[in-house]
This record gives sequence, structure tokens and C-alpha cells, in this order.
Amino acid sequence: MSTLAIKDLHVSIETEQGSKEILKGVTLTIKSGEIHAIMGPNGSGKSTLAATIAGHPRYKVTSGTIMLDDVDVLEMSVDERARAGLFLAMQYPVEVPGVTMTNFLRTAKTAIDGEAPKLRTWAKDVRGAMEKLKIDADFANRNVNEGFSGGEKKRVEILQMELFRPKFAVLDETDSGLDIDALRVVSDGVNRAHSENDMGTLLITHYTRILNYITPQFVHVFVDGRVAEQGGPELADELEANGYDRFLAPAQA
Amino acid sequence: MTNSASADQAEQVAGVEVGEARITIPGMSEEGENLATAHEETEHTHGGLGESTVKAKTGGSRADRTTSLNVADFAVPTGREEEWRFSPLKKLGRVLSDAATQTPVTLKVRNLADGVTRGELAKAQSPRGTVFSAADRAAVVGYSQTAQADYISVAADTELSEPVFLDITGEAAGHRANGHLVLEAGAHSKAVFVMEHRGSADANLNVEVIVRDGADVTVVSLQRWDDDAVHVGQQDAEVGRDAKYKHVSVTLGGEVVRMNSNVRYAAEGAEASMYGLYFADAGQHLEHRSFVDHNSPRNTSNVLYKGALQGQDARTVWVGDVLIRKAAEGTDSYEKNQNLILSDGARADSIPNLEIETGLIEGAGHASSTGRFDENHLFYLMARGIPEKEARQLVVRGFLNEIVQAIGVESIEETVQQDLENELKIAGF
Repeated sequence: MSTLAIKDLHVSIETEQGSKEILKGVTLTIKSGEIHAIMGPNGSGKSTLAATIAGHPRYKVTSGTIMLDDVDVLEMSVDERARAGLFLAMQYPVEVPGVTMTNFLRTAKTAIDGEAPKLRTWAKDVRGAMEKLKIDADFANRNVNEGFSGGEKKRVEILQMELFRPKFAVLDETDSGLDIDALRVVSDGVNRAHSENDMGTLLITHYTRILNYITPQFVHVFVDGRVAEQGGPELADELEANGYDRFLAPAQA
Repeated sequence: MTNSASADQAEQVAGVEVGEARITIPGMSEEGENLATAHEETEHTHGGLGESTVKAKTGGSRADRTTSLNVADFAVPTGREEEWRFSPLKKLGRVLSDAATQTPVTLKVRNLADGVTRGELAKAQSPRGTVFSAADRAAVVGYSQTAQADYISVAADTELSEPVFLDITGEAAGHRANGHLVLEAGAHSKAVFVMEHRGSADANLNVEVIVRDGADVTVVSLQRWDDDAVHVGQQDAEVGRDAKYKHVSVTLGGEVVRMNSNVRYAAEGAEASMYGLYFADAGQHLEHRSFVDHNSPRNTSNVLYKGALQGQDARTVWVGDVLIRKAAEGTDSYEKNQNLILSDGARADSIPNLEIETGLIEGAGHASSTGRFDENHLFYLMARGIPEKEARQLVVRGFLNEIVQAIGVESIEETVQQDLENELKIAGF
């Protein structure tokens, strides 16, 4: 059983107009096996939270803490965080020319486990995981994300999540731009990782659509860099019916 | 430190938008009449490092450039000429003089199979000089100072299963060596030629490649000179009807290397590709110029040069000219250059020049980027647990590997990969 605890997190980015605070005190605790949905309008800081957990250099933590059990995540480099069991499924996965998926997956798995995976079982694991996510076998020979469609990139993110078996996964709008079939395939992958590995999940989404396939125990509504309201799955239903208006009106007043 | 300075280019050339996207020509009529040769100057610098310059046309059409086999037609360059302004003329002086060979390079030819003959050609002896015409001072003095050219010919309809290896060795550093090599592939023949330059010399070596109709020819030119070698050379090819030509230039060694690789077409339906890979260390000047002359209709060309630079005053130049002449309807052409700067103190110049004289083409594009590591690539790999050093190694090897794979000769690919590993060790990759 692990715990990812975010406490009073303040995060800024540097812009041409100077430093701008995006997260203004976020507190969240996720335990193994829990699924938390973070919802909120565009620009509320959802993706900033995801990138900050992963350690993207653009985001500066000005105060607050992120702890993975008793380890200070903010003290770790990007790769150390991944090896400690944190995974970020990116909203816009980048293409890496000249590096094949096969080479990339094996290199990452070796780094995360601290030893090379057994050749025969690993090839089988990769093939099996690709089949379940309906990813064409030929993708293994292609360069990382090169020429993949938006939906293919998202599936490959989930493929990595299933193969690397993280303690906690942050899914940054993985559902955006997916058609209904792809959404189902991706959701199945998340549910598998959740039940097989007891993975804790932070599901960041703009829409409630994906919550038809992945059921969160906790829903947090992000507005203007803070958690404006928390509740159970019924909060998502209410957002589905009423939208974000009731959160935005007082913020603008 | 911000060190991402890559930017793919999309530029305007005479109202024609070129770049990653396929060509679109505003207001063009079907006839393609109102499209003049591009002549205006649109030089600009971009990238945050001040290390890269990319320009569109620099004034003066490539079509107007003098080509000749008479030394008198080319003055000794001063450095102000467009084609010489990036080159270290002090160091090149020794190969620009109209001087005889002091110590010749040796040529050892391996794998002379049935249907392949080796001979010599005097200056006016065909096919020598039928394809080659010097485009600068270096090429003309090299041509004129070589009485007997080496000649390798592959008979028509001969398909070679093994490459022909030409080992070219400089025997004396600082000694002038002129040479001319004629490679002829008969109609519907298939051949791979691998020229490998080693040792040291002040080498002025031209190559003339005749690709007859329907032939399939690959020419690989490896520059693995010693540190004190100087090498200038013009490698010209004419590609016959429905023929295929691939030229791969790999430059790793030598103090100054300046290679001109040129292609034009004899007829229609041909395919030409030119690849280049260079790795410049401290003090090296590696310059590559490519010119695709779309002089006839319905041919395709693809040019891709990639470079890496490390160390103080490591210097590379790429100038890629593509000229689509009025007659060249149905042309499809693309050229790209990418440079990866691995340390401070290095400088890469990258200049794609695209001139289009007809609107009736399939496509024409160019792209150029010069910069440090793409931080987004690194972040992605590191976010998957791969340590920074290893992530950098993956990114840089992936970048260079694209050209190595184009060589297509396994034994050569392996040795080039090994050389690249040794180069990368210097910068700690």
C-alpha cells in the first residue's frame, strides 16, 4: 500500500510578463487502488498538476510538498520519479526520430526495473499488451510515436503504463480526441492496471464521457488553481448535468 | 539554459510557398507563365543561439553559374564569392592552385566481378567529360591537372551482387594529389560503388558518374581522412531515363573537406537521392554542397543531410541548391538539412536554395533546422525512467542513424556506426 500526498502545492511558470502562479495551494491524497478524477474548465491548472508531478522543468514549485510514502518527490529528477513508480500519460506525446518502439520500451523497462527483462517473456508481454490495446504489431518496429495518429499515441501511452506497472499513474486528458472505440480500449487498459497492479490513478479530464468506463471513488473540481469542491462519483453526474458555470460565476465576481 | 533552437523553415520564394507543406502557388495560371526565377534576397537568421543561418535565395540564379573545363574561366577565389564565402581559403589555397600532383593517392579496387572493367581515360577521351563540368576553381584545376582518369565501367544488364570497393589512400600529408574518377553503369545494370578515403594528402579529387537508362546505382563516398588531410571534390552524376541514383556522403575525418555533390537528368522518369552525414570535431571544417538540376520533366529528387558538431571551432556548412527549370514539369523534389550542436563553440551554416521556374510541378519543399537537443524528446524519455545520459545517447544515435541506414551496405554501416560511437565518446555521449 502506497500513498501519494500533495500538500498545499503552489506552482508558477515563467512568462514574458514575469512569473505567473498557476497552482494556488492544491492538497490531494491518493492511495494505492484508488481512482481520483480531476475535472475542471480549461486553464484551471489540471495539466500543470500532472506535469509538476512528473517533474517537467518548466513548472517551478514555490511552496508545498509532494510525497510518495516517505520520499520527497520534489527532490527527485524526472527519471528518478518514473523509477520510483510514478507514470504520466501525456496529453501530447512527442515523436522521437530514429528510436524504435522496441528499443525504447526495453530501455525504459530496464531502467525502471533495474535489470533487463527476460528476452523471451518480454517480447511476449509486449505483444500481448499490444493486442489487448488493439495496436498493430508493426508499431514495434516504428520509431517512437513517429507518424502515429492522435488516438494511436494515446494507446501507446497506455501500453507503456501497462508494461511498466507504476504505483501511481496520472492520465492527462488521455480521453481527449478519442473516438468511442478507442476510449473503450484505453479505459479497459486503465481498469486492468488498476485491478492487476493495485495502481492508484489520477484521471485528469475535461469531459465526463470517460467516467462511463472508469469509475472514480473521488472527484475533485479544479477552478483557478485550487480544488473548489470534492465529492464522490455523484459530483461528476452533477457536472455532466450543469457544467462548470456555478464554479466560474463566483470566481469572476 | 534554453538550448532548443530548431525551427523548420517555410519560406517565400518569388511568391511560391515552399517548406514542409507541398507547394502552393498563389495566382498561378495553368501555363505557369508568370513565375519568374527567384532573385530577391531574403536572408534572415533564426534560432536562439546565433549559430545558425538559413537563407532562401542569395541573389544570382544557380542556372547562371559558370561551368567549364577551362582553368582560365575561374579566377582564384577571394572569399567574397557566394560559393566560397564560408570556406577557409587559407587552408584551401594548396588545392586551388593550378598545380601538378606531387604524390598521387593510390586507388585499390576490390570486387571487380564479371562485367566490370577497369581502365583509364585521357582528357578528351569519352565518356570522360561528358557529364562532368567544373563548377568552381577547385574542380577545374583538379580536372585539368589529371592527365589520365581512372575508369570503372559496369556492362549493360549486369547486376552486381557485391559492392565495388574503391580504397583511395592519401600517401603524403601536405602533398598535392589530383585525381579524376569516372564510374559508368550501363543500361539496366545495378551497382554499388563504395569510395573510401583514408590517409592524408592535399587531395583534389573529382568523380563523374554516368547512370545509363534504367540503371540502379549507389555511390557511397566515405571521408575517413587523417586529421591533417585537405579534400576538395566535385562528384557529378547524370541519371538516365527511368534510372535510380543514390549518393551517400559520409564525412568524419580530415581538417578541411569541401564536397560538391551534383545531379542532373538525361531524360524522364528518374529518381535521385542524396544523403549526407558529417560529424565535425574541434577545428574541423566540413562543407557539403548539393545541387539538383531538374533540367528535364517528370523526375524526382530527395536530399537529406544530417550533421553533428562538437568542440571549439567545429564548423560545418551545408548549401543545398535545387533548380527546377522551366522545362522540368512534373518534378517532385524535397531537400532537408538538420544539425545537432553537441557543445559550445561550434557553428553550423545551413542554406537551402530553391528556385522554381515552372508552376507545373508535383512538389518542391525544403527544411532546415540547427540546434541543441530537443528538450521535449529528453523529457519524454526521462519520464519513462531512462536516465538523462542514456536518454541523450538514444536521441543522438537516433538522429544520426537515419543516414547510416541509407548506406545499405551492412559492413560499411557497421564501421560507420563504430566511428560514430568513437566520436560520441569525445563529448561524453
